[in-house]
Order: sequence, then C-alpha cells, then structure tokens
Amino acid sequence: MKICVTAASEGINAPMDARFARAPFMILVDSETGDVQTFANEAVSAGHGAGTQASQTVSRLGAEVLLTAHCGPKAFEVLAAAGVKVFGIGGGTVSEAVAAWKAGKLEQLENCDAAAGWAG
Amino acid sequence: MKVAIASGKGGTGKTTIATSLALSWDEVTLLDCDVEGPNAHLLLHPEIERSAQVTVPVPRLREEDCNYCGACADFCRSHALAVVPGKWMIFDQLCHACGGCSLVCPTRAIYEVDRRIGEVRFGHAGSIRFVQGELDAGEAHPIPVIEDVLKEVDDRVDVIIDSPPGTNCSMIEVAKAADVVLLVTEPTPFGLHDLTLAVEALKGINRPAAILVNRADWGTGEVHQYATREGIPVVLEIPHLLAVAEGYARSRPLVESAPDLRQDLVALRDTLVRTIRERAA
Repeated sequence: MKICVTAASEGINAPMDARFARAPFMILVDSETGDVQTFANEAVSAGHGAGTQASQTVSRLGAEVLLTAHCGPKAFEVLAAAGVKVFGIGGGTVSEAVAAWKAGKLEQLENCDAAAGWAG
Repeated sequence: MKVAIASGKGGTGKTTIATSLALSWDEVTLLDCDVEGPNAHLLLHPEIERSAQVTVPVPRLREEDCNYCGACADFCRSHALAVVPGKWMIFDQLCHACGGCSLVCPTRAIYEVDRRIGEVRFGHAGSIRFVQGELDAGEAHPIPVIEDVLKEVDDRVDVIIDSPPGTNCSMIEVAKAADVVLLVTEPTPFGLHDLTLAVEALKGINRPAAILVNRADWGTGEVHQYATREGIPVVLEIPHLLAVAEGYARSRPLVESAPDLRQDLVALRDTLVRTIRERAA
C-alpha cells in the first residue's frame, strides 16, 4: 500500500510539514517494499485551490493513505471521493510518521480540521 | 467627466467625499463600486427602484457523458475542478468562470449554469442617479459585480465612482473606467504609506491622479512633500471639523454638516477637468 506524507524536504528522513496542500514535498512510501519516492508539490504556489490540486495529486500517485497534520474542507472532500484515508500527525520525520501509522497509533480524520485557505 | 474616488487606505473619507461631490454637482450619477462593503446609501438615502442579480457561469456535468479523463481539471488554473476515479467535483467559489473546462472536454460532458454572486441596485437620491453593487457574503470574486455597476457609466453626465479601498484588482478595475482618480488621503504616515501604493498602482494604468487631503490640519507635511515630488496636484484640503464627524455619526452628508465647503466642492469639478486636460496636453 502506498502512503503519502507531507514533508518539508526530500527523502524518508525529511521533517514533516504540518500543512497539507502547501507542503513543499510529498513523500510516497510503499508500506510493503519500503520503496521511497519524493515528489515536489506543484500546489505549493497555487493562488487559490491548492487543496483541490494537491488532493488530486495524492490520488494520481496512487496513495491510499495520507499522513499530514491538517486538512481543509475542499481537500478533504476530494480525498474522501478518491478513497484516500487521512491520518493526523503533528510532527516528527516521514519515517517516524510511517512507523506510527504501521503501529496503529494514528487516528483517522473523519472530517476536515482546518479552515479553507489555512496555511499554518 | 468620470471621476473615481479612491485611496490606498481605508477610512480616509472616500464615501464622505464622493457623496458630497454628488450633492454639490449638477446632473450626476453616483456608482458605489465598493461592492464588498457599499455604504454610500447611508449618507445619500436613495430610493431604490429596482435591482438585478449578478451571475457568473459555472460548469455542471452530464455524468453519462463523462469518462473522468481529467482534462477539465488539468486545464483549470483556479483548481475549481477535481476529478478522481469515478467522481467529478466543482467548487463554485474557486471558479473564475473562464469557460475553459467546457471547451477542452473531449466528450462535451460539461455545460454551464448561471450562479448568483451579487446584486446591483438602481435608484435616485433627489436628482442624483444612484447605482450600488453588492457582492454576496462568502463570495470571493468582486470583479463581475463591479463590471455590472460600471455598465451604468453615462457619458452625457458626470459620473462619480466610489472605489473600493486598497490597491487590488477591484480598485484598478474602477480606476480604469475613470478619466481622473481623486485620491483621498490624510496627512499621517499611514495615509502617506498607502497613498504611495495607490499612486504607484495608477502609474501602471496611466490614469491622471489628484489628491484631496482630508483632516488636513492633523499630522505631518509629508503628504504635501510627496505630492510635490510626484507632480500630483493637491486639489482640495478639508480640515477636521467636529460638525462633520457629528453629522457622519448621524448619516448626514459632509456638505450638509459643513455648508461652507459646498463652494469648494463645486469648484473641484473644474479643477479636475483641468487636471485631465493638463495631463492630456
């Protein structure tokens, strides 16, 4: 299963970025093989609609799980439609986030928890 | 003549000046283009005779024709559209109504419907023709409302346009419709800071500017020094008068609270006409 983590820099040891759509990088981790890919988040410079854009990127990358700190209403709606489960985690590195998710320590978000346009 | 009353800074007295100019000139249309907070009616007390909705076209989907290819979402620079497997989503408030999605759709599954974003109201205050635009609460794009109000510009009479504050797209849209922009400011560091932004913005669209200093007996001389440096005429100075503030608090126009100012406001019309001519020469 592919897990997407919002990050401030590249690679598995990157610190997480609390923002979803405005995080500079999305790290895609394969939970079975441990394969790690880094993608620059194009939505980071969007004037408006960063949430809808970033959510579609997550869907296209084939991620089934998103680990991030906060998620706005439009992003959450698109992610839900795409069948992406969102789990909240406030900080640490990408590898720590994935480990916490694997251990079942993270809570799945049932609703958006940030206002539209929230960018930390 | 079309004059836009603008300012970089909010609260300098744009509406106070716009309404009292309208009350001092003959044959005037007043357009309240401050569509995110129109309030000229509070000083002019117009009778509203009719209103019209402002709408923008937004995309809708014939689901049976959609193959979820995502071409529309890829095209949309506003990211108002999202397509994920088996689901097409539109976020109306992000849509800039460009119509591009329906053009790029290979299966012609997208059509457009009109969506209301605001209202334009028409009326009179005495002999003044009054038009006011108002953006609905929660809407993000004021320009279509401003465009509809500006359709009421009538070349046969003087048009006074109350502009939105700031130096953003809304203010520029209004300034572009005017022959001259009267910048209302106050002689404080705050007034000067935002006046500078407004002057720079107007240079970009090549519109002549004139400065009206409100509450002119306060603050510092920096606004005057700046105006001299920039070659912008200071066409009128209005002192801070308690009677005006008291009248304002009771929805009474400046020119009624301080009748002595009427002749200055009348004379301002010729001064502005001269400013336009000098700039054109």
